[in-house]
Amino acid sequence: MEQKKMAIIASKGSLDMAYPPLILATTAAAMDMDVTIFFTFYGLEIVKKGQADNLQVVPLGNSSMPMPNIVGALPGMTAIATKMMKSMFKKHGVATIGQLLELAKESGVKLIACQMTMDVLGIKQSDIIDGVEFGGAATFMDIAADSQISLFV
Amino acid sequence: MSADIKADQVLDAKGMNCPLPILKTKKAVETLTKGQVLKVETTDPGSKNDMNSWAKRTGNEILSVEEGSGTFTFYIKKTA
Repeated sequence: MEQKKMAIIASKGSLDMAYPPLILATTAAAMDMDVTIFFTFYGLEIVKKGQADNLQVVPLGNSSMPMPNIVGALPGMTAIATKMMKSMFKKHGVATIGQLLELAKESGVKLIACQMTMDVLGIKQSDIIDGVEFGGAATFMDIAADSQISLFV
Repeated sequence: MSADIKADQVLDAKGMNCPLPILKTKKAVETLTKGQVLKVETTDPGSKNDMNSWAKRTGNEILSVEEGSGTFTFYIKKTA
């Protein structure tokens, strides 16, 4: 069987939205696929040094949260929602973002940080964890063009 | 049935949730030689379908699956 390829864009830096790209990437690698994740905009938070396990979930403006928006806007609600979500993940035996990131690197998932958004957001290459490459849209498109699966998260 | 299947290695993935049972299974199978059997125990209800898809995609063979009191036991033969 010819090796399948997957290319994912991770554009969001909240705790909940960091999970899908990393779960799919690690699983695809375990299923013998060649996987690349391109981190852009707030997705860069996932690969910033020391940030993977400090991502937060924001209740404000999230209609699926079990609280009215006005409550979600109160000071401290982001921290409370984050703490609750982390404890739920832990209780259900779900890996942390930091663990999934390590597993992704271990299994050969290629990690690319978007240089343009790093420049705009003032993120230096030295702010990014080891093992990440740097590139732009053409780098991603070259990989995506050869991929059977391409996702934007 | 599994009574006559001899496992060369056992992986306890009970309490772990998606995607960990699959990631741990992949790692464990990699340490085996072709023809050897891995026994995996899980509690994740999604793992039954996941394990089948993983085996199909990686070319390994699930010899047997047992279900009992919230636990799934897979016997996987490394064939790839």
